[in-house]
Amino acid sequence: MSEKIKVGFLLLGGCAGCEMAVVDLSEKLVDALAHLEVVFWAPTVADVKYHDLEAMDDGHIDVAFIDGMIRLDEHIHMAKVMRKKAKTLIAFGVCAALGGTAGMGSLHTKEELFSKAFKNTPTTDNPDNVYPSPHCLVDGKYDLTLPAYEDKVRTLNQIVDVDYYIGGCPPHHSHVEVAIGALVTNQLPPKGSWITNGKAVCDVCKRNPTRNEKGGRVMVDKVLRMVDGIPDDNVCLLQQGYLCFGPITQGDCGGSCLNVNIPCRGCGGPIPGNEDYGAQALTSIASILGSEDATASLMAKYPNLAKFFYRYALPSGTLPRKM
Amino acid sequence: MSFNPNIVGFACQWCTYAGADLAGNLRCKYPPTVKLIKVPCSGRVKPEYVLQALAQGADGVLVGGCHFGDCHYKDGNYKTKNRMDLLTKLIADMGFDPRRLRLEWISGAEGQKFAKVITEFTEELIALGPNPLKKEEELINE
Repeated sequence: MSEKIKVGFLLLGGCAGCEMAVVDLSEKLVDALAHLEVVFWAPTVADVKYHDLEAMDDGHIDVAFIDGMIRLDEHIHMAKVMRKKAKTLIAFGVCAALGGTAGMGSLHTKEELFSKAFKNTPTTDNPDNVYPSPHCLVDGKYDLTLPAYEDKVRTLNQIVDVDYYIGGCPPHHSHVEVAIGALVTNQLPPKGSWITNGKAVCDVCKRNPTRNEKGGRVMVDKVLRMVDGIPDDNVCLLQQGYLCFGPITQGDCGGSCLNVNIPCRGCGGPIPGNEDYGAQALTSIASILGSEDATASLMAKYPNLAKFFYRYALPSGTLPRKM
Repeated sequence: MSFNPNIVGFACQWCTYAGADLAGNLRCKYPPTVKLIKVPCSGRVKPEYVLQALAQGADGVLVGGCHFGDCHYKDGNYKTKNRMDLLTKLIADMGFDPRRLRLEWISGAEGQKFAKVITEFTEELIALGPNPLKKEEELINE
């Protein structure tokens, strides 16, 4: 390849874990950089500012990765700027694609969230009830601004057109490698798709009953949470009563959580053909509950089902916020 | 203008849909508030359908199936029961009144029960008022 592919990374509402997954490529990233030129990586890695991005020509960046959900008005603005500057836009990680865990913030009002974060936490000392506000006049002459808080969390594709989606919280570095490999060799799927191996977590899970002797359909009679015991290492968690979203989640992670006895909670994103992750999770979990008692025990064990089924996907759901 | 609820009804073709047919043949009176959608089995009703109906402004959603033991597909309605129980809790967690989703077992011989259920549900929804989302949408459109 004669010319390097210009890439840009932009962090919106996320935690930068997705960017850590890129850095985790280590030597492979060094190899990839022979084909890639990083022209923008803010606000985490490179010393570039937002106005540097705004100053670029439209379409200057070949491939832009955006990680993090849309929570502030600044995120909306930067997402739109990046869309103009990038030929291809990738929603990188589950926050950008589906809203992520912070999406559950849409189940609470701004007042609830602010009073928890800035007042009622035991380690917070805030006797004057000072909350962040978009404008603040310091010493009567310095007019300072902060980004304003939106009324709900949004996914990236609710603001701009997104060309590709990558799931994961964060995406497993081996999957990032596959994605960047596809990018470098120009083997990306049709626009609008997820970059995925197309398999469910169960497909890559070592506990899959079809691979073990304990095969066959087992209905759950008693629902357990992780605090209720230690699951057997080699038996399907669903068969043991620990609720796992493996059947409906993309398995680009290689079943990492299942390898360490933790049930899947769906950060990989929905398997193809599913529009509403939480509703699909509800369907699949409900169809393995063997009795009304099992359903009742699930509802007793998980006090908020919206936060259970939509752990990573609430803003992308049919009902994206609390009414 | 008085509030006329809009109910989306999912009716299993073997029981509830036949029950609705019988209600018509018996000339039972019930309010014209329900829009029935025939489904092969109440177990076919995905939670997405109910959420979509609510998201698009339905005031109530009725899911009608066969009585336990009568399911044409043996256990479809047991799955419906599990799903709708969880879904009722889910929509309550999303801020809807759980009474907006109603699950009823109405057989093909229970035309009068169908009329009674629709009448009761309509009265309940009139008391609850319109879908809160609809109000919000109307505000946005203004």
